[in-house]
Amino acid sequence: MADRSGVAPVTTSLLSRVMVGVLSLLAIGGCVITLAAFAYGRNAARQAYDRLLLGAAQDIAESVDIRSGAPVVDIPVSAFGLLALATDDRIAYAVHGPNGALITGHDRVRQPEPADARSAAPVYFDDAMQGEKARFVTVLRRFTERDFSGTVAVTVGQTLRARHAMAYELTRGAMLVTGLGGLALILSAYLVIRSAMRPLERMAEELTARDPYDLTPMMADGPAEVAVVAHAMNRFMQRLDRQVGAMKNLISDTAHQLRTPVAAIRAQTELALEDDPDQQPQRLERLVRRTRSLGELLDQMLSRALVIHRADNTPPELMDLRDIALRVIEEQDHEVLAPGVEVELVIGDRAVMVMGDEISLCEAVKNMLANALRHGQAPIQVGVGIEDGDAEIWVKDAGEGAPEEVLSRIGQRFERSAASSGNSAGLGLSIVKSVAGALNGSFRMERTESGFRATLALPVDTSGEQP
Amino acid sequence: MRPWLIIAGLVILRATGPMAQEAVAEFKSDTGTPTTELLVRSTTDIEILAPLLQAFVTANPTIHLRYEQWGSNALYDDSLAACERGSEAADVVFSSGVHQIVDLVNRACATPYRSAATDALPVSRRWRDEIWGITQEPAVIIYNTALVPKGTVPDTRFALLDLMRQPESAFTGKIATYDVEASGLGFLFAFMDSLEATTFGSLLEGFSRLKAVATCCSAEIIDGVAEGRYLIAYNVLGSYVDARPRRDVGVILPRDYTLFLSRTFMIPKQAAHKREAAQLLEFLLSPQGQTMLAEVNLFQRTDRDARPLPDSARRAIPIDPKLLVAMDRHRRQLFVEQWRTTFARERED
Repeated sequence: MADRSGVAPVTTSLLSRVMVGVLSLLAIGGCVITLAAFAYGRNAARQAYDRLLLGAAQDIAESVDIRSGAPVVDIPVSAFGLLALATDDRIAYAVHGPNGALITGHDRVRQPEPADARSAAPVYFDDAMQGEKARFVTVLRRFTERDFSGTVAVTVGQTLRARHAMAYELTRGAMLVTGLGGLALILSAYLVIRSAMRPLERMAEELTARDPYDLTPMMADGPAEVAVVAHAMNRFMQRLDRQVGAMKNLISDTAHQLRTPVAAIRAQTELALEDDPDQQPQRLERLVRRTRSLGELLDQMLSRALVIHRADNTPPELMDLRDIALRVIEEQDHEVLAPGVEVELVIGDRAVMVMGDEISLCEAVKNMLANALRHGQAPIQVGVGIEDGDAEIWVKDAGEGAPEEVLSRIGQRFERSAASSGNSAGLGLSIVKSVAGALNGSFRMERTESGFRATLALPVDTSGEQP
Repeated sequence: MRPWLIIAGLVILRATGPMAQEAVAEFKSDTGTPTTELLVRSTTDIEILAPLLQAFVTANPTIHLRYEQWGSNALYDDSLAACERGSEAADVVFSSGVHQIVDLVNRACATPYRSAATDALPVSRRWRDEIWGITQEPAVIIYNTALVPKGTVPDTRFALLDLMRQPESAFTGKIATYDVEASGLGFLFAFMDSLEATTFGSLLEGFSRLKAVATCCSAEIIDGVAEGRYLIAYNVLGSYVDARPRRDVGVILPRDYTLFLSRTFMIPKQAAHKREAAQLLEFLLSPQGQTMLAEVNLFQRTDRDARPLPDSARRAIPIDPKLLVAMDRHRRQLFVEQWRTTFARERED
């Protein structure tokens, strides 16, 4: 079996998942509404037709009259007209006398229990009418006449077709409206969700279509959530791009810069082997100098790679520039480079806070210091201060400084002259420039009245300033 | 000669008991072999329906149709007994006692049936898809054309009332109508009159003053008018008048309103051959059936008259549960008492 783990499994799209959610919500809602509508419809039908039934029973009760000591019922047609409003329902009615004897009507109509009949309120009950379910009501009318006293019970019943039809109609109407509303909801939900999902979809399409080696930023419009993702991806890709670029540069610089010194060392070694033995100490001395210079170059190049790497990978932290200056002096690297040269520290008593990376800054200042030690004249000062709203860390020497044309191209990535001559000043200043760039600062070199000054200026961080 | 006149099976028996049929006829196709016997119990005279029934069995040769002619009250009692006590039921009940058949349907004694033809009937001519009004027959006023002067012929109930109000009327003792106690149809017409208009009380009063005669039967009334024993008869079933045409009998459809009766068709719940019964119903409602009903004057088409009745004057007796009131014991008793009081004076004379 081929390993297919590299292929992303096809999962359902976000749109379909949201739609399934919305649909199931609507389905549940629809079921609830249907049940509610049915209950409501049944109740409404029952109430409506119970009133008809009651109306008919009361009509008939009104028509009861006492003639020569006996109740006589002159059934009004209107009572049956009321009942006939339930078009297809069969009717049963009965009028019972005080002793429960049937006065007129259908003999099969049950009279409710006397216990029910004690109150004057109409009594509704369900019973069968020739095997069909039916609803009945009994209304009482009390007579206290000279020749007749007692209660006459009028019972009217009706089958349930019209009630069922009405309940069905109401339910169906409600369901129709609900269904149409549901369809409209589904449609609008689909449109809304789809339009909301569109930026995601577009991003997915863009990513799918993108060349894996293409690290250019992608479109970052659309809603906030999507823009955040796009921005994050763009940042990520930019960093990747920079690092890949830095790596390429590092490799090409390294190859380029090492080629000449290594060739020189080889030439010296060959000469030392072939030359007169008298010349050998001289040659070896040169060889040692070359090798040392190569070591310094390597240090610088690694330090630069470190700085570039850190600039992209280490989030800046709040720190005091004075600490950086102190640390550089305390490490006393300059003792190796220029033994015996005094380095003066010029710092105030106020903290100079910046957002930065300690290691990168130390490297930068060390390089500035090394540059001054190598090319400048004592006394050499390392200082920290705030000028024109910028935090500055600077190195000053009493010399003339570099010639103008050197200054103009200083700090470029590499300089053939520097490399070929075996000294690494250009590379060192390019490290300073890189650090300044990574920390949103600037690097400048200028002649002042008191000498030559190299300044790394960074924005002051006021947020964390301690009073 | 039409084939129905010479059918071999036509046998007419006279009624021997109160619960029995008055006459019986059998119909079957000349060709083909009948396999099913369809039992029809009806109040309509065999002679009137014979051509239709023969056409029906000719179209449906597998049906052997037995037609029993019953009085409406007897037919109601028989059908109720079949429904509630399980005695032998007819396959079709076809009656002019509309209120009685409505009562049977209300007692769940009928079988529902539905088709395009029954759905096409107006709502007033069907109920619950269990009872259908097949015919359309007016309740008319008839008069003797020779003895009643043309100017005095009443064409509305108001004219009739005016005529009866004249103090020394030539019509005294010469007006006839159905006896509601003896005739189910007469009761239905009178009952519908009592619901339909306020003129009913005045009519009864007029009948009372002119010593009107209440009699049982259509034939007697029509013969009486033809022979001059009665000058005017009120609420006579028009189709009977048409069925026995007489030279001196004039027919009036009252222009204030004319009641129309629709004979009702019902398939009893216990019917043994419901499918064939439905076939007969379909036949009666088919264009052919309706044409033949019109030919025997069971379907009155007023639009053919020279002076057609206005629509507002046409009152079909609606087939609906309101007719149940006519079946109520007390209501009927009260109505009959009122009727008796009206005609009692005449008897006292």
